[in-house]
Amino acid sequence: MSPGLLDIRDLHVGFDVYGGMLKVLNGVNLTMEEGEKVGLVGETGCGKTTTAKSTLKILPTPPARVFKGEISFRGEDILKMGLAETRKVQAQGISMIFQDPTAALNPVFTIGEQLMDAIRYSSLGDSLSKQKTRERALKALRDVALPDTERIMENYPIQLSGGMRQRICVAMALATESQLLIADEPTTSLDVTIQDQVLRLLGTLVKEKETSTILITHSLGVVREWTERVYVMYAGCMVETARTKELFSNPLHPYTQGLMKAVPKLTGEGIAEGVSGRIPDYLSPPPGCRFHPRCAHRMPTCGEESPPFSNVGNDHQVACFLYKE
Amino acid sequence: MNRSPRRTLARRWEGAKKGWYKFSRNPLSVIGAAAVLLILFLLAFAPYVAPYPEHAGSFVNFREARQPPSWKHPFGTDTVGRDVLSRIFFAFRFSMAMGVVVLSLTVPVGVTLGLLAGYKKGTWIDTVIMRTTDIFVSVPPLVLALAVCSVLTPSVFNAMMAVSLMWWPWYCRLVYGIASSLRNEFFVQSAQVTGAGSPHVLFKEILPNCYAPILTKMSLDMAWVILIGSALSFVGLGAQPPTPDLGTMVADGGRYMPDQWWMTVFPAFAIMFVVLGFNLLGDGIRDMLAVEEV
Amino acid sequence: MRFLVFLARRLLHSVFVLLGLSILVFLIARVMPGDPARMALGPRAPDWAVEKFRESLHLDKPLYTQYYYWIRGALHGDFGKSIFTRRDVTTDIKEFFPATLELMLLCGAIMSSLGIFLGVASARYANRWPDNVVRVISYMGVVTPAFVFAILFLLLFGYVLDILPTAGRLSPSITRPPTITGLITLDSLIAGNFAAFFDAVKHLLMPAFALALGPMAQEARITRSSMTENLQRDFIALERSQAIPERKIMSKYLMKLSLIPTVSVLALDFAAQLGWAFLVELIFNWPGISRYGINVMLRKDLNAIVAVIMVIGLMFLIVNIIVDILVAWLDPRIRLGAERSK
Repeated sequence: MSPGLLDIRDLHVGFDVYGGMLKVLNGVNLTMEEGEKVGLVGETGCGKTTTAKSTLKILPTPPARVFKGEISFRGEDILKMGLAETRKVQAQGISMIFQDPTAALNPVFTIGEQLMDAIRYSSLGDSLSKQKTRERALKALRDVALPDTERIMENYPIQLSGGMRQRICVAMALATESQLLIADEPTTSLDVTIQDQVLRLLGTLVKEKETSTILITHSLGVVREWTERVYVMYAGCMVETARTKELFSNPLHPYTQGLMKAVPKLTGEGIAEGVSGRIPDYLSPPPGCRFHPRCAHRMPTCGEESPPFSNVGNDHQVACFLYKE
Repeated sequence: MNRSPRRTLARRWEGAKKGWYKFSRNPLSVIGAAAVLLILFLLAFAPYVAPYPEHAGSFVNFREARQPPSWKHPFGTDTVGRDVLSRIFFAFRFSMAMGVVVLSLTVPVGVTLGLLAGYKKGTWIDTVIMRTTDIFVSVPPLVLALAVCSVLTPSVFNAMMAVSLMWWPWYCRLVYGIASSLRNEFFVQSAQVTGAGSPHVLFKEILPNCYAPILTKMSLDMAWVILIGSALSFVGLGAQPPTPDLGTMVADGGRYMPDQWWMTVFPAFAIMFVVLGFNLLGDGIRDMLAVEEV
Repeated sequence: MRFLVFLARRLLHSVFVLLGLSILVFLIARVMPGDPARMALGPRAPDWAVEKFRESLHLDKPLYTQYYYWIRGALHGDFGKSIFTRRDVTTDIKEFFPATLELMLLCGAIMSSLGIFLGVASARYANRWPDNVVRVISYMGVVTPAFVFAILFLLLFGYVLDILPTAGRLSPSITRPPTITGLITLDSLIAGNFAAFFDAVKHLLMPAFALALGPMAQEARITRSSMTENLQRDFIALERSQAIPERKIMSKYLMKLSLIPTVSVLALDFAAQLGWAFLVELIFNWPGISRYGINVMLRKDLNAIVAVIMVIGLMFLIVNIIVDILVAWLDPRIRLGAERSK
């Protein structure tokens, strides 16, 4: 396979805690090409944010440890990079929008200062004068449809509403003109009406700047509207991936099927069913396929080996012994 | 939910084990706990473990006065021939008594007032209570204690009263912050809606949320109260001779510095030992009670 | 503008607290058993003299009248006479206050600058040897009361090594420079008298460090824990992902936020040291207001006791206001608290 934009292969990440190690990521695989809009779906606690933070190398490395796998960005393994090269990748390659905009902004500095610093240290900022940096910052704020940009530059995060703060985070992520944007549940902490606005905005901007995007979310509805390809994640493993239309019309993995059934239908037929059981304990996860204790179709092999990611045609892959090639 | 006694017991045991794990993560906390246990042991069994228990009272033996540390008197003797080591063991009693008495007076009073003020924030009750605490905390604790002690007859009891008088505001303020922020939480409002009276809300709903900071503060406060007590005795306003008290011993010995240094230095180290022990213990308790963040 | 309102409210609050304090202290001083008039004049004075003296002290009038006389006098700067020194209390205070001020200024400077410096170094090299060394020293510093430090210093530097003087502000052989500020160090610099300057500094070192080491250790611990806690926060991760250099993150973004708890605690720590100064001044025979305070307290000199407490309370209040201003400057959340839009 030719090296695409991002290629995460067999990523294993653990957290050292009381009583042992939380084996949070257990062989995550994710590939994307340039210009794609990929969705990463999974329930809360399945490891989506950990994957994102690993890609940006901002995991808190005392408790966290990457003990296996590689993350290739444009063909180079960023996990093996030294400090200077990592900084380069962070500056011009990848940027991130965090889930909670209030936590993502430093409360004692103005928006202007944080935004300008983000621009200054990106690939663009090297040669820009202070004046030009400021102009870029103002433009970034206008791009996200914020009014009265001059005043906002002088404001502190506490003076702004949640929706505005998230727009500023979007502005910061896109102002640096990076190639890959990881948006970690960017609308989860916002009102529903604002959610829609921000997502639309994100969509427009991403299209304009031709930024490849990974949208992390637990909402299937958002994924369906927004993405071209979807990765479904469960308990630290990637269980299925396909183009969005294909996934929704033909979900193969029992977990994905369960998720689809759990969404109530607009037409009102039937009652939405949940997926019985709970997510596994990361301290001592089930052997083999991590979903098998909850799976209606489980077989003896499921408890012994981890199912590999198999291709079932039509650019659709599943990690399940039901579909082994 | 299955609440059989065996299960709750198992859960409590698990909770205790986890608490101990968190506590013992920091070896210093364990050292603190050991130090405090040692002090408690020494003061409880002082008459039996002290080499010269009769020296704790009014005992004189001028032939043995001002002896440097030796096998016979590991910490030397003081101006009238009493064994410093034994007196230190007995002095621990007064130090601990100071801490226990002061805390048992101030904590209930301070906590209750703080709960009341925080719960009824914005009313005159709040204003009166909190303004009063403002006045008490506007001078350094030691200064007010010194002033109060100076107008009363110097004694251990009066010292305890004086320190208690200026200690309660700190607990009041601690709890006030928590109570006022919790009073709008749903669990409080739901209790009110179902007809719970104020005492129930205060003590059964809000107070349990304050246990952790209160307990932590109490264990750290033991150290400070003992320290202030010894400072009062140092100046002469606390324990009176012949009562053995760490502060008095430091002061008395100070006059004979530097030649008979042991009369001051050992009691001073004893004070440090007590304060260190309770501080480490307090830190450990705080670690143990802290809510874990994943 | 909003800031001025904030300041005005603080000042008003402080005035109220001072007033309340004066009432409290006054009550304490008057509540004491025994007869101040008799104590002042001694057991051999005739009864009529004691009676007359008592009248002049207004001790026969109800408490609130006594308080009225006291307040009226205090507002004119007259705190009555001291039984101990037989002078106006105000004169006593004017004489002894600068010494304590000088001591506390140096103490404050040491504890804040060294404390923050050690805390930052500790966080920077977290869990490596500088951090561990600082943490051990901090523990020892926090648990050792100032008077124990004082005694140990006295023993070590004053007697054993004999490199620092053990009492007073100046050696007897040095003439004191003309009093302008009352702070001998400043006065000697102004007068160009460097011998006096160095001598004064030598005398200041032990008491100042004895007082400063405890809170210095406390500041170091708080700075360290505040910095390490903030390092886990999302915005630091974001700043790292934006390729902002680590050095800048630490010195700018982390620093300003982390210093807030440190500065807030400064006031409290300083206050505690104002208390311990009473013992330290006694040990070093430092002619300051705290030593004066101990002396008058032991002699139940009511007027002086009340005045000393008011002065200490005032000092503390001023420090509190300064620290509050600093914190409001550092932390926009406090400054703009009223303007919150969400």
